[in-house]
Amino acid sequence: MDRVYLDHAATTPVDPEVAEAMARVLRETHGNPSSIYAEGRAARAAVDRARDEVAATINAEPSEIVFTSGGTEADNLALRGALKVQDGRDGLVTTAIEHHAILDTARDLEQYAHVRLTVVGVDRHGVVNPAAIREAIDGRTSLVSVMHANNEIGTIEPIAEIGAICRDRGVTFHSDAVQTVGALEVDVRKIPVDLLSINAHKFYGPKGVGALFVRRGTRLATMQTGGGQEKGRRTGTENVAGIVGLGVAMRIARERRATESPRQARLRDLIISGVRARVPGAVLNGHPTDRLPNNASFCIPGTEGESLIVACDLEGFAVSSGSACTSGETDPSQVLLALGLDRELAKGSLRVTVGRSTTEADVDAFVGALEHVVTRLCNAAAVAV
Amino acid sequence: MSGRVFVAMSGGVDSSVAAAILADRGEDVVGVWMRLVPAGSNADAPRCCGTDEAGEDARRAAAALGIPFYALDYADIFGEQVVDRFVNAYAGGETPNPCVSCNQHVKFDALLRDVVRKFGGARLATGHYARATTGADGRRRLLRARDAAKDQSYALYMLGQRELGRIEFPIGELRDKSETREIATRFGLPTAAKAESMDICFVPGDYRELVRERSPEAFVPGPVERADGTVVGTHAGIGGLTVGQRSGVGVATGERLYVLRLEPERGVAVVGTRNEIATTHHRLTDVRFVAGEPPSPEFATSVVLRYRGIPLAATVTMRGNDANVDLGSPALVAPGQAAVFYAGDEVVGGGVVARPAV
Repeated sequence: MDRVYLDHAATTPVDPEVAEAMARVLRETHGNPSSIYAEGRAARAAVDRARDEVAATINAEPSEIVFTSGGTEADNLALRGALKVQDGRDGLVTTAIEHHAILDTARDLEQYAHVRLTVVGVDRHGVVNPAAIREAIDGRTSLVSVMHANNEIGTIEPIAEIGAICRDRGVTFHSDAVQTVGALEVDVRKIPVDLLSINAHKFYGPKGVGALFVRRGTRLATMQTGGGQEKGRRTGTENVAGIVGLGVAMRIARERRATESPRQARLRDLIISGVRARVPGAVLNGHPTDRLPNNASFCIPGTEGESLIVACDLEGFAVSSGSACTSGETDPSQVLLALGLDRELAKGSLRVTVGRSTTEADVDAFVGALEHVVTRLCNAAAVAV
Repeated sequence: MSGRVFVAMSGGVDSSVAAAILADRGEDVVGVWMRLVPAGSNADAPRCCGTDEAGEDARRAAAALGIPFYALDYADIFGEQVVDRFVNAYAGGETPNPCVSCNQHVKFDALLRDVVRKFGGARLATGHYARATTGADGRRRLLRARDAAKDQSYALYMLGQRELGRIEFPIGELRDKSETREIATRFGLPTAAKAESMDICFVPGDYRELVRERSPEAFVPGPVERADGTVVGTHAGIGGLTVGQRSGVGVATGERLYVLRLEPERGVAVVGTRNEIATTHHRLTDVRFVAGEPPSPEFATSVVLRYRGIPLAATVTMRGNDANVDLGSPALVAPGQAAVFYAGDEVVGGGVVARPAV
């Protein structure tokens, strides 16, 4: 059966150019980047080229890029590293719609590191009010963490305003930009952000590699101890092939963004208008306009996410019911509940995220299949056997 | 056969082989695993098919067969219809059969309904040792498995025409367990050498601990009486007793005494000799027939009164949805167990043994 992949927020296929670059590194560049001889220098050069590409993508200095094993580690390093700094400050402010990599880390710090955690709510579109962040900051606040755009509902957050507030109050500001770097312009010289998480596999790079932007001058302790790689911020021999893949993926994303993001936004809008026209009662989650160019998220009354995903898969469409990281849970998403959605409605969540390979024909076929699937599921729920 | 067939995969060898047989036949097979306990819990119940670990085994088996696989959540309905019923039955002086509840309310009701109505499936297959065939009259029939030693038809007696029309038991035709394992090995199924599930799947140790935890009121000590009302001792609680058991009744007379009946309303356990407790007359409730109706209002049959029990000659007299069963010779039956009617290898129907009127 022909498959249509519409879950690019979960992960993306590796770009062939990325795969080729990684394969070449694996075949030809075996040295340890820390070694001083020729093989080591070659590996170090490959890592540094990738660092330049990542830096160029967000307008950072190469020295401000720390490679990690992915978005989750970047988030952990940001939160744990910032809160570990011994400066008498112990406050962490974050929001109710963060990824588990942030929220669970924050709760862990609250429980085991005596961090004072404040979780700020959002409005019905999932937007964080900067004034609420300003209110949550006190004299002992060490770090504020607000995601750039939400992975489930696609809402883009006002991180420039929030960053300005943090800077004004002398508080370090972190943003999980895993869903945005590559899709939106992220310029760390314009946005007053101190720490920013990046992930390769959300932008056609490999899984298991990411980066944390650490603005020069930001105080950040380390989580791991060892050989001192990445200036001691993330020690451990570098994942050279993965890092090279991240670099190439970032360059390609940067080059294509101006044409690709508007193209995907048009497909997203076709999905939104199609679903609204053909699936009765479907509610769009997230902000109607300030949203990721590839994200359409819905709640469909009378259905529940697990059945929607299974039924769509059997029709040949890969979609999700929110975050791939929480698949297997049938409780409604914490993000959707934070929007104030009714629990029953929130169970019927569906996330459709388009990508570079998605065509208008894919979108049309999907909307038709979804109409069929929803009709069947609603009938099944309505008829007692 | 046409249309998609869903296979309920437990992670064990039997359901994996059922999936393998269907896939080998060229059917459009989809594997589903039912989560029966909340995620992450019951890690110490290794025989439970509804835990995360069993789900992983099922996933691997499906991957080995190259079929789509889904883990679906039925923990709520399993909790209500199997675990709660189990606890309530013991607390009420009955001896429940959780396999019957699971088949009746979870596998062949909730799951079958979802497969057909939600996912557009044509049929549901399971790894039960039983046979479902179609007779010359077009009616579906339920038969014992070819391997009598593994037969599970007893726990499937509640299936009617509507269910059986959409059910397959691919392994019911296999000669014996060794043939099942042979097929598993041939298909490279990772479950080929796994231990069988048995007993009460959702209870890791002594089921009485679960009943005590959930229904502490059933563990109030009370008197042990003879049938004539003479008090002969005390017991630790109705919830820990089963009709027919010998041990656990704290009496010290010269006779061998068995639990004759439990009266939770009075908190009394009545004991008696073997002759006293085995009777020829029993009452059934919620009686069902594979054909949809009884052969006649009164019919002669063979009745099986416990899992893997021997068939006993009996006459069944219908009383609405209830029935009276008169046995040719006295037998001990625990209320709550299923009484299943057979005609040779064919399941005719069955019901639940009721507590005798006091």
